[in-house]
Amino acid sequence: MVTSCYSGTAADCPYSSPVLLLESALIGMDRRGVQRIHADSGLSPLSFCEQVIAPALTVIGEKWDRGELSLSHVYMSGRLCEEFMEEVLGGRLESAQERRPVALAVLEDYHLLGKRLVGFVLKGAGIPYLDYGTVGVQELVRRTQRDGVGVLLISALMLPSALKVREVRDALDRLGMECRIVVGGAPFRLDPALHREVGADVSCDTASQVLPALAQLWEGES
Amino acid sequence: MTGMERILTTASHREPDRVPLLLFPTLHGARELGLTIENYFSKAEHVVQGQLRMLERYGHDCVNGYFHVALEAEAWGGCTIFREDGPPNAGPPPLTADAIATLEPPRIGDQPGLRRVLEAQQALRRAVGDAVPVLGAVISPFSLPVLQLGFERYLDLIFDRPELMQRLMEVNAAFCVQWANAQVAAGAHAVSYIDPLASPLMIDPALYRRFGAPVAKKVIAAIAAPSAVHLASGPCLAVLEDLVDTGAVMVGAGEEDLATVKDACRGRITVVGNLNGIRMRSWDEAATLAAVRGAIDAAGCGGGFILSDQHGEIPWQVPETTLTVIADAVREYGRYPLPGGRG
Repeated sequence: MVTSCYSGTAADCPYSSPVLLLESALIGMDRRGVQRIHADSGLSPLSFCEQVIAPALTVIGEKWDRGELSLSHVYMSGRLCEEFMEEVLGGRLESAQERRPVALAVLEDYHLLGKRLVGFVLKGAGIPYLDYGTVGVQELVRRTQRDGVGVLLISALMLPSALKVREVRDALDRLGMECRIVVGGAPFRLDPALHREVGADVSCDTASQVLPALAQLWEGES
Repeated sequence: MTGMERILTTASHREPDRVPLLLFPTLHGARELGLTIENYFSKAEHVVQGQLRMLERYGHDCVNGYFHVALEAEAWGGCTIFREDGPPNAGPPPLTADAIATLEPPRIGDQPGLRRVLEAQQALRRAVGDAVPVLGAVISPFSLPVLQLGFERYLDLIFDRPELMQRLMEVNAAFCVQWANAQVAAGAHAVSYIDPLASPLMIDPALYRRFGAPVAKKVIAAIAAPSAVHLASGPCLAVLEDLVDTGAVMVGAGEEDLATVKDACRGRITVVGNLNGIRMRSWDEAATLAAVRGAIDAAGCGGGFILSDQHGEIPWQVPETTLTVIADAVREYGRYPLPGGRG
């Protein structure tokens, strides 16, 4: 059972040896290394996720943001972590806290890498989420209302899709839904003011930034 | 100077009469003609009219004979999704890894969408002659799999099945050379080699050097016209030596310090860039002037520089007034010699 979530700020987590070792193993595509680091840590699988995997993915995301690593590193690191978790947890994730669900969607695009990267990070941190896949505005709003989503994570690859977030925001507001919107994707990286224009609460430059974004939004709710 | 003379002079690392401007409002032609984007791209004559009207309106230094990337996805069995307010997008990826072993490149003549592009390029060349460059474009063999397979499955392929990756590069290279040279034969003076995955933002440079750089070198050598390698907003500095080594004569600068890129390229490869098209939507006149001046100050001196956007496509949401300000500012502020030896 997940009892807490990693705050999402790499600086909050001491660069303990397992985190550094895992980062190195992930960048080196060392599957056996991941298992060995887990075994040596003495941590339960879920504690390993919270205390080692999530910080390591965050460090890798930060390095990508600084231009020190590539998206291919971020993807393969996430994929290795997902494989590890499937192996040791069978993909089970349970939320310890009573929160309205988190949902993840791609708006009007069939290129899903960004969503997958965010999914890796959420799984790595032990945060369950609803995967809406590729959806249009109306369908996204319908599902968000149906599921009582508290935080909606939207990935957009192209500018017109990014601008559609405004329609999602307005529709949710008309329905009186208190749903926070977190956005990410190339248009938001290239224009830091864009997320405010479309009514999103937070913009994330990297997939791993979704963790501090969630922590911030949840803190505001409590 | 004509646009062609201006481009050729700067590409030989000398200063022409002013900084050349490659403006890529690929969608705005639809607005010029009062058409939807889907209708606009349905006939070659629409694109020809749109490009020529914009050439007249802005007086920039090229006409763009390339429609949109989804047409290349169509050639491999994919589809195009049109929208009213943005570039046509490629639909679901049409290929799976298992299809690669027996995959053959599509024939250009069998593809109605690609034939329309060639028809437009022929007409544009007839219209402008050699006064301004007619530009074609191809998606690189290394980046095309994002449309063919989807990005995730492509990365899985690189890591899990490198032998199939090599096979895919060979098939894609054959198609890319065929497609590029068909455009040259139709009238394109130069070809943009669109390779966003070459950027270290996207792919580990070691993987690019293993798969992407060799195929780029081979394909660019086989294209019967000068090529410009374009990373579609991605930074290029970390792989610049590899890009120079491809034989391309120009490189697109992405979201990175333009002066640093120019310094690294000076005398070797011409820099194209790097106005931010996403931010351009909301620029007022002062912001537009500042952006143009900043780019010219950073990279204009000595030639070897062409002002353009960083992505190779101006978003639909950018107003025509902004494009006019950009074009006027280049004529005003980009005249050589630049005051104070800027850049």
